[in-house]
Amino acid sequence: MENLKLRFTTRGPAPGTACSAIVGVVASGNLEVLLERVLAQNECAVEITTPVRGYDEVWKAVVADFVERTSPGGMRISINDGGARPDTVALRLMQGVRTMEMDDE
Amino acid sequence: MNARSSGPSQRAWDTARQSREQRLAAAARYARDKLVFHEDVTKLLEALVRSGDRVCLEGDNQKQADFLAARLAEVDPVVVKDLHIVQSGVVLAEHLDLFEAGIAKRLDFSYSGPQGAAIARALKASKIELGAVHTYLELFSRYFVDLTPHVALTVARCADREGNLYMGPNTEDSPVVIEATAFKQGIVIAQVNELVDKVPRVDVPGDRVDFVVVAPSNFYVEPLFTRDPAQITETQILTAMLAIKGIYEPYGVKRLNHGIGFNTAAIELILPTYAERLGLKGRIATHFALNPHPTLIPAIESGWVEQVYSFGSEVGMDDYMRARPDIFFTGRDGSMASNRMYCQSAGLYATDLFIGSTLQIDLAGNSSTFTKDRIAGFGGAPNMGSDPRGRRHASDAWLKAGREAAGEPTRLPRGRKLVVQIVETFGEKLSPTFVEGLDSIELAKSLDLALPPVMIYGDDVSHIVTEEGIANLLLCRTPAEREQAIRGVAGYTDVGRARDARAVEELRARKVIQRPEDLGINPLDANRSLLAARSVKELLRWSGNLYDPPRKFRNW
Repeated sequence: MENLKLRFTTRGPAPGTACSAIVGVVASGNLEVLLERVLAQNECAVEITTPVRGYDEVWKAVVADFVERTSPGGMRISINDGGARPDTVALRLMQGVRTMEMDDE
Repeated sequence: MNARSSGPSQRAWDTARQSREQRLAAAARYARDKLVFHEDVTKLLEALVRSGDRVCLEGDNQKQADFLAARLAEVDPVVVKDLHIVQSGVVLAEHLDLFEAGIAKRLDFSYSGPQGAAIARALKASKIELGAVHTYLELFSRYFVDLTPHVALTVARCADREGNLYMGPNTEDSPVVIEATAFKQGIVIAQVNELVDKVPRVDVPGDRVDFVVVAPSNFYVEPLFTRDPAQITETQILTAMLAIKGIYEPYGVKRLNHGIGFNTAAIELILPTYAERLGLKGRIATHFALNPHPTLIPAIESGWVEQVYSFGSEVGMDDYMRARPDIFFTGRDGSMASNRMYCQSAGLYATDLFIGSTLQIDLAGNSSTFTKDRIAGFGGAPNMGSDPRGRRHASDAWLKAGREAAGEPTRLPRGRKLVVQIVETFGEKLSPTFVEGLDSIELAKSLDLALPPVMIYGDDVSHIVTEEGIANLLLCRTPAEREQAIRGVAGYTDVGRARDARAVEELRARKVIQRPEDLGINPLDANRSLLAARSVKELLRWSGNLYDPPRKFRNW
């Protein structure tokens, strides 16, 4: 298993008040993303665990674009990858942020 | 006046007919009139086929003369050798066995599908001399010029004693193969599932057929066009939404052909949902040159599709098509009728759009499905995915594409075919779809092929659709712009990450590149709930249980 940790400073906090969310599943070609609102408002940490070697640069590019687009301040994001393609990763991250926009009840 | 003073030439003008009569005389002992007992077929072939003959052993895209293929692979290679195989599909293991045994030496074909890797191995081992990998129309055309078969081994559902053949929905290549062979004094042998007193419909007249054999089991047909909706991903749905909103709608594409991939299956399945909500019913996707894709059933049932003409059939669709003669072409007997040559011509000249997937696209937009160790051959993509320079009828879609390609108004307007590649930026096993150079160039070098196999040439491609957006290559004015337009939709592949970000943003400002958000599409809306059917079982339900899915797709 490869492990990759990335940290970002964001423009601001992620919208919404939900404390945590899970999207996706760990399956071949898919991934599970856990989002937790536990960090300072302009910080974001992403930890990736993947069985596929040699894609660090792609992961960094996908996650950096995601952070730039959504400004997910306050989020600790844990990715459990099952060999997903970058487009699927980007989609799940976006789905995760949208889920966090919902109010916690 | 006369340059020559003597009378008619003394040469013999009917050597081919004489050869045919000699062969028929040698084979007579194995047949009663036209009927051959299946155990005598190998002997019959040894009597009829001569070394060096051009043989078409159908070998179609879908149906296979599998019994005759197995018998031909059994002939004595001392008696029959060095055949030149000229057929569109090299699909069965027996087709390769002919080359392994030395029965056949030279090959001209179109499509290899499952045998792609075996053909590459046989080429490397010099077991095959490859003529060319053709497009379908090209190979069929050569049957009438310089690749006329001496012997055609065909396949039909049933025959009568006079040799009239009924092929039903899987007529496919047979009429063109048999006309070329029979009218040039060749020999035609048919394997059939059964002998009947009267065929339901005459697909091939009996006077073109020399021998008929009832095979011990029904011929094989590959279910090549069935895509299980359960396997369609959100990314594929996103690309389908982009194609509809960014291409079908603005060009008003009514007449079209779809490839067989999951992306185009997704388009078919969101016509009755997403496209319906956009108010496009009747304005797009009404007339198809297309095999009977099961995933088209919901669009047909909800009134989207006016008619469909097909290259071949699809396993399990017979009863459905029989019950929908307003949509499909059917004979007086009620069953669907196909013809690959007619349909390829229709797809080339009478549609405004081809959309299909591929394995590799280079920086000029050239595409290929050939990899270093697979000679995959071509499907219908090269013919339908090309701009027919011989077209002379106008349509709104064709003229709009022509205006975009021309740039400025001209006194002599000319249209352009819409040729769309719809892909995900990464394919199976995270292999990048976008590459600096096609594998087929290396392959051509290593096998000493005169022509690197290209499925669709870049100058024929009008649009590339990926999950990142649409690149409109018609609007690119220089090779450098074209390259950045392609990089600009190549996602996180090496090719995509090496883009000039500023050039790409400029192209986006000119709408050469359009992102999902530029078209009002939120990628998060690309959801499987958009699919009109989410499983094969739901397709069956849409069809009123007329669709009969092959066993391997019955997973409930």
